[in-house]
Amino acid sequence: MKKFWIATKDAFATFLHVPGTVTLKGAHVRDGVDLKRIMIIVVIALVPAALFGMWNVGYQHQLATGGGTAANILPNWWWGFLKVLPLYIVAYAVGLFIEFFSSGLRGEEVNEGYLVTGFLIPLIVPVTTPLWMLALAVAFAVIFGKEVFGGTGMNIWNPALLTRAFLFFSYPSAMSGSQVWVAKRASESFADGFTGATPLALDGAAQYSNTVWSQFLGTIPGSVGETSVIAILLGACLLLWTGVASWKVMCGSVLGALLVGWLGDIAGISAVPCWNQLIIGGFAFGTVFMATDPVTSAQTETGKWIYGFIIGALCITVRLFNPGYAEGMMLAILFGNTAAPLIDHCVVTSRINRRAKKLNPAK
Amino acid sequence: MSNKIVLTKGLDIPVSGEAELRITKTVAPDMVAVCPADFKGFIPRLLVKEGDSVLCGSPVLADKKRPEILAASPVSGTVKEVVRGEKRKLLAVVIASDGRNEALDLGVKSPEGMDPEQIKACILESGLWPFVIQRPYGIIANPADKPKAIFISAFDTAPLAASPEFTLGDRMADIQAGINALARLTDGGVHIGLNAANCSGTPFHRLDNVNIHVFEGRHPAGNVGVQISHVCPVTKGTVIWTVSLPGLAAIGARFNKGRYDVARKVAVAGPAVMEPAYVLTYPGAPMSTLASFFGNEDDLRIVSGNILSGTNAGKDGYLGFYDNSVTVLREGTEEELFGWLNPIRSKVYSQDRTAFSWLFSGRKYDMDTNLHGGPRAFVMSDGYYGKVLPMDIFPLYLIKACLAGDIDKMEKFGIYEVIPEDLALCEYIDPSKNNIQEIIADGIRLMLKEME
Repeated sequence: MKKFWIATKDAFATFLHVPGTVTLKGAHVRDGVDLKRIMIIVVIALVPAALFGMWNVGYQHQLATGGGTAANILPNWWWGFLKVLPLYIVAYAVGLFIEFFSSGLRGEEVNEGYLVTGFLIPLIVPVTTPLWMLALAVAFAVIFGKEVFGGTGMNIWNPALLTRAFLFFSYPSAMSGSQVWVAKRASESFADGFTGATPLALDGAAQYSNTVWSQFLGTIPGSVGETSVIAILLGACLLLWTGVASWKVMCGSVLGALLVGWLGDIAGISAVPCWNQLIIGGFAFGTVFMATDPVTSAQTETGKWIYGFIIGALCITVRLFNPGYAEGMMLAILFGNTAAPLIDHCVVTSRINRRAKKLNPAK
Repeated sequence: MSNKIVLTKGLDIPVSGEAELRITKTVAPDMVAVCPADFKGFIPRLLVKEGDSVLCGSPVLADKKRPEILAASPVSGTVKEVVRGEKRKLLAVVIASDGRNEALDLGVKSPEGMDPEQIKACILESGLWPFVIQRPYGIIANPADKPKAIFISAFDTAPLAASPEFTLGDRMADIQAGINALARLTDGGVHIGLNAANCSGTPFHRLDNVNIHVFEGRHPAGNVGVQISHVCPVTKGTVIWTVSLPGLAAIGARFNKGRYDVARKVAVAGPAVMEPAYVLTYPGAPMSTLASFFGNEDDLRIVSGNILSGTNAGKDGYLGFYDNSVTVLREGTEEELFGWLNPIRSKVYSQDRTAFSWLFSGRKYDMDTNLHGGPRAFVMSDGYYGKVLPMDIFPLYLIKACLAGDIDKMEKFGIYEVIPEDLALCEYIDPSKNNIQEIIADGIRLMLKEME
């Protein structure tokens, strides 16, 4: 208990200020960057998507219950904020408690990685997710996805996606279908003609003004943070400009998605053109924020291209060929995480062998 | 016969306090220390006892395993004290100088007519052999080996490093003699690395009997290990020797003048130095002789060597055998409020794009020893570290192999090519604040133990 207390106290103290510790070994000066700074950049990059997502929750609610317009920006946002806030509280409270506790057990400082994970989780689940399910999923993901491996930096899978995967397979009825994407009060009923389905479930068919523009803007049903491509692109700009996320992973993913989407177009099996695949569902959000997680993505620079490509290609493949799952991004990234060490192994081995051959041509 | 190699990876750390190119002081220390810890791969056996009188070049220590390798006294005088630490570990042999600098006469020799064994014997008996370092592992070379080639870096890109033109430009004859001697020890020739920025202006480009390679790039382009990896990479079973320029001048002086002469110009630099400049002194001179440069301030860190891979000597410490710079920093014990969030930190430099230091390029920073964060597991990927390592290896894979103590993987990922200083910049930029140089040093220690 004392260890837990020390870790907690230390985490809050270092949250306020960079500690006055000095270098004891090795390089006597160190760069001003630390993980807190890198992580906070990711959180800032997520803010546009989060703010828009909150507004969209309110907007979708108004559309579904047959009232209001998009012009009610603040009321819509406030309505959504109150719906999303509990998700945040649960995600952070459960996750941080486990994180603090296990850091104390290991006798390490608390890693700031969960700041990002906790910010991501509410953005990738339907707004109607029951809080107890979320708490259970977060606990599962943080304990079995991260802490058993040794904490942030040691994990194989992205803990935020693992949370979503847990929900998806344990409580499918709360995670897919047509009823989960739009929040409403118990006393309210949906207006006539409302389906509530995402463009993916409808294979791009019209729901309200479900145009390309609204898909790009994000005024469609979906997980909280994933709908607005504009907000995601704002975050992507920050991540790429600061170099926190790898542009190679993002490019690879987009190329992979376009290639498979294009093949689908040629074969005549896709309902929407390949470029449209990029702006619906969780593709954009996953590519920008989830696939680029430096811990679970490929480590080598060449590997990042391959890793990104596999994720993009697999996502669209699932969308095109699997009738059971409307969306393939979550599983594509988790598969990419699993394959990343293998990709790296191939990249590293081939370069070492090539170099060895160059140095010892005789052998 | 020169070829230019452009290195795009690397980083020049903008730390303030560069030494002005003038000698402000000739330090004649009243005592010097010979510290066995300076010599890597050397198990010391004491050859003198307290009260013995010694001359410049009198052997003080010998290696237990290879007794022909000697370390000598840099001044003449008497052995004042043999300092021992825990378990009677030999820490230093302190010699009180008599100020006369009488030297043991080793005999003027011309390396041209000598065979390799004679040259080796000459260098060994003079106590200068510890200047010959071998790759892999960065330890004192084994005199029985025949190296594939011998490498010398004629420029130092480390932050606040001493200028080789200024410190050694007047000793070209000694350097040439040193090269002529070393060239007879290998069939692969002596290779010298020059900086593209001044390769035609530096006196070192007029050296004979060498293969010149020109390197362009930021630190660590001046590290001899980086230069070797681009010209003649060290693989399993090959041995390459390296000699520092001050070492080369000392070896040359042994042939030209017949005496042990390791006096050298040393840059005293760093943000906490009042008037950074050069002094003329000896390795083993106490740091207290430099006190006029940094005054009586508390909370100073006095580093023998550069800020990336030097040793923390402290006010009571001594100048290292291989070092020709002393860097003085303030201890960074101040806490920085919201440092991780504050977008613009005027006093803290970061190469990372998440900070805005790149807006103020050209600015120099009064850096201190603050860690700027807490220790974490590795989070950033291999490429993040690779951007400051211009070698064909995967730094994070090598580091993790060393952490795991996996000999096969360490071999595969290039442990033969690096010494800790080559990955010093990876350690500097690491947001997870791991002690990467120590990890590599432990890896090398493990290799040495396993290969015995």
